[in-house]
Parts: sequence; C-alpha cells; structure tokens
Amino acid sequence: MGIGYRLLLGLGVAGLFLLLGLPLAAVATRVPPSELLARMGDPMLVEALRLSLVTSAAATALVVVLGLPVAYLLATRAFPGKRLLEVLIDLPMVLPPTVAGFALLLAFGRNSLAGRSLALLGLSIPFTTLAVVLAQAFIAAPFFISATRAGLSEVDPRYLDAAATLRASPAHTLLRVMLPLAFPSMLAGAAMTWARALGEFGATITFAGNLPGVTQTMPLAVYIALQRDVDAAVAMSVLLLALSVGILLSIRLAPSWFGLLDRARARRR
Amino acid sequence: MSPLRALLALAAIGAAPVAAQTGRPAPAVLTVFAAASLTDAFEELGALFQRGHPGITVRFNFAGSQQLAAQLEHGASADVFASADQRWMAEVQRQGLPAGEPVIFAHNRLVVVLPAENPARIERLEDLARPGLKLVLAADAVPAGRYSREVLRRLSRRPGFASDYERRALANVVSEEENVKGVVAKVQLGEADAGLVYRSDVTPGIARRLRVLDIPAAANIVASYPIVALAASGHPAAARAFVELARGPDARAILAKHGLMPPPAAP
Repeated sequence: MGIGYRLLLGLGVAGLFLLLGLPLAAVATRVPPSELLARMGDPMLVEALRLSLVTSAAATALVVVLGLPVAYLLATRAFPGKRLLEVLIDLPMVLPPTVAGFALLLAFGRNSLAGRSLALLGLSIPFTTLAVVLAQAFIAAPFFISATRAGLSEVDPRYLDAAATLRASPAHTLLRVMLPLAFPSMLAGAAMTWARALGEFGATITFAGNLPGVTQTMPLAVYIALQRDVDAAVAMSVLLLALSVGILLSIRLAPSWFGLLDRARARRR
Repeated sequence: MSPLRALLALAAIGAAPVAAQTGRPAPAVLTVFAAASLTDAFEELGALFQRGHPGITVRFNFAGSQQLAAQLEHGASADVFASADQRWMAEVQRQGLPAGEPVIFAHNRLVVVLPAENPARIERLEDLARPGLKLVLAADAVPAGRYSREVLRRLSRRPGFASDYERRALANVVSEEENVKGVVAKVQLGEADAGLVYRSDVTPGIARRLRVLDIPAAANIVASYPIVALAASGHPAAARAFVELARGPDARAILAKHGLMPPPAAP
C-alpha cells in the first residue's frame, strides 16, 4: 500500500472523526458525570423521556404493522408504479422534517378534509400525543420498510421452491419460511425506525406543537432547555445520545448474537 | 474555552459568512446584526440608508437576539447590533463590544391574534379563559413567552376579568412554541384558536389571515429595542450613521408601518 494512499485514508478517517466524533464528545464531556446523574431526576427530563419512549414505541409498532405488507409486496412482486411507490417510501428520509410536519398539518389538521371529518366525531389530531406518533412514524417508516424488503429479497428462492413442492400455501411460506429467515433484518429495521423516531424534532414541533407531558418529547425538551439552562439541555442530550448509541450498537451486535443462537441450535440437533 | 463554546463559535462564524468573507474590501459593506422581529422594518431602513450613502452596501444577519449575542461574543464581525431585548444588549455590553451607549429606538407590544375565520368566536380578551379553546403561546424560555404569561397575570387583576382568568387561560394552552413565529404559524393555519404575539409579527403579508385583539396598555408589556454601533466595526462613521438613521425621524414612519412603536419624539 502506497504512502499517499494511506495518507488519504488517514485524512478521511481523521476528518470524519472531527466532524462526527468531536461534537458528540464535546456534548458528552461538557458537564461532569456527578452533575449529570443529579440532573437525571429533573421532572422536565423524566416527563419528556417517558413520552419519548411511549411515542417512539407506538410509532415503531405502527410502522411494523403498516410497513410489513408493503415490504413484502416490494420484495416479491412486480407491479406497475412500483418505482413510484419506492420513491414515495424513501421520500421522508430526504424531506426536511419541517416540511413533513407541515404536510401532516395540511392533511390531518383542523382545516383539512380528514380533519373536518374527524371533527364531526369530536376528534382533533394536532397538539395531541397521537400527532407525535404520526409524525415519528411518517419520518421513520423508510428505515423499517427498506431493511425488511432487503431481508425478504435475500431469502434463497430454493427454500421457497421447496416449500411450494411441499404444497405450502403462500401465507404458510411467508409465515414459516420467509419471516423467520428475514427476522434479523426486520429487527434491525425496526430498531433503526425506533432510533429515528426517538430523535424526531422538526415534524413533531410543526404538527404536534410543544406541550410538556403531551407532545414535548426529548428532542423538543432539549431545544427548549437550551434557551434557558444549557446544562439541563446537555443532560438530556447525553441521555438521548446514550439511548441512540445503545440501539445502534445492538443492531451491530445482533447478527453475531443470531449466529451464536443458530450454532447452539445446530449443536443440539 | 470549553468544547461547546468552541462549537458555538464555529457555528457563529458559519452563520455570518458575509462578515467573515468581506473583511475590509473596496466597496464598503456595513454588517447589521438585528433581531428577527426587525426583519421587514430593517430591510426597508437598509434601502433608505443605501440611498443616502452611495458606495455602502448594508447586509443584515437576522436571528433571535440571544443567538446574535452569542455570535458576537464568539467573534463574529459586525458593525451594528440591534436587539429585541435589553437583556441581550446588556450581555454584549458586558463583553465590552459596543462603541458607545446603546439607545432605545423602538418599542413593541403584545397582541392577541386569531385566525381570520375565528373558529372559536372570540370577541373579547375575556373569551381566552373559555374552556376547550386552543391557545398557543411562546415557551416561557423565550422573551415573548415570558411577556405573554405576564400579560395574562396582569389581565386577571383587571376589573371585568375573573380572578382565575390566568389559570383558566393557561389551561387552554395546547402548545408552547419555541419561538414567537411558531405561534403566528399555528394561528395563521387555523390550527390554534388564538395566540399571543408581538404587534410587529402581524406583518402586512399575513395581516389578512389574522384578526387582532388589542391588549389595554395598562396590562400590556412594552419590549424595548436597543441599538448600538460596535467597537470592532471597520466603518465606524457609517455604523454611527446607521444608528442615527434608526432613531431619527425617517425611521419613525417605517417602524410604525411594521407595527413597532418609535419612542416619544425628542423635545
């Protein structure tokens, strides 16, 4: 390997570390750990954390329920407009979240068609916890759908052929062959969706507003705290950072964990 | 300098590319850091200044006063600073950045805004305490939010208002927006029934989408806007001229047009 080549690699790694690592390290080391620990009981933090965990879990569940059929269709069928559907699904990943929130307001707000119909039932979505869940699901859905689709596509067709020769119904094949084989991908996708939902800010504040205990999730609480008490904002940022690192690390470690599981199973046989 | 402060400084430099790039070039550029609520009024004032000072281009950096103060503190170069809040001007003074004493050139006050269709049929300030209504305020961490709560407190002590007016109005709050423009947006879209904002937020462009309820002066808050030339300015004479223009007679009409109240005329 040439010296120039190595230098180039080194520069890239160093540059990326400066860009990604330094800011994160700066947040993590800004307040001493004892002070951080003391701030973990802060009511604003506890309330926001509780809300964030509940809403992001609900958003992930919603995405899994609605996204699984879509991922299955995309992985197994060819149909007109498939490319268009793929673009539509990827769009939330690149759209500015504020635009997503605004779009949600125009679709489900009080003056929208859907909003007016809901109003007849005495329901209104903006400014509610449900709005937070919808905003998070909107933004975070692509992660689960693309990972699951990839997992389902990678299932060896020979297994499907074998299932077919044994006269397994398509539903049976999906449940007993495809889903178990794609499960690690689905789990990783769901975890990515969860992590993204946990960090959602722009769509939430635009569509759901900011009210402690109702719509003020951790990212919103961080932003508000930053204007008043920087150390409180740092404590919340560190907690959010730790949660995200935990989730992302589990995704990285999951494959080896699944590998261990498989080997243990094989030994038992 | 702590790491976070260093990062803020970097962000400040990034946010002021005009100042960073120009240095001291041949065509003079006057960089004015001004509170976001001054955007429309100062665009107009800047054009007026350029007409009176050929060869000088005025560039603005509009942002929240607290952000501008942080940017200045971390070395962003600017010639003039106009704040929406005396607190942030004091912060900049504490750093020794101004080239003189700040002067108050404008006042702002709060109003209640309603969507033009007025879905909750609000006719009087008393109606804000009606249960089930959707009220949006700025978060109490931002000046507008602090002022809004103070106004509700003062109103509940006025004759004709219930003594629990403040509590009941606050119970109607469905969102505490991270800045006052967020309040304007939620009301303008008709998602909220009412909101408290600065009079200057009801800009000509959106006035037709909003209805305005005035708050009596006795219960209202008056926000004062100080302006000052900065010591680091590369064009001290032009910077002083801009400050003079902002507090002068020509600016009064412009400020008033944009919902800001000029201070009482000098005797």
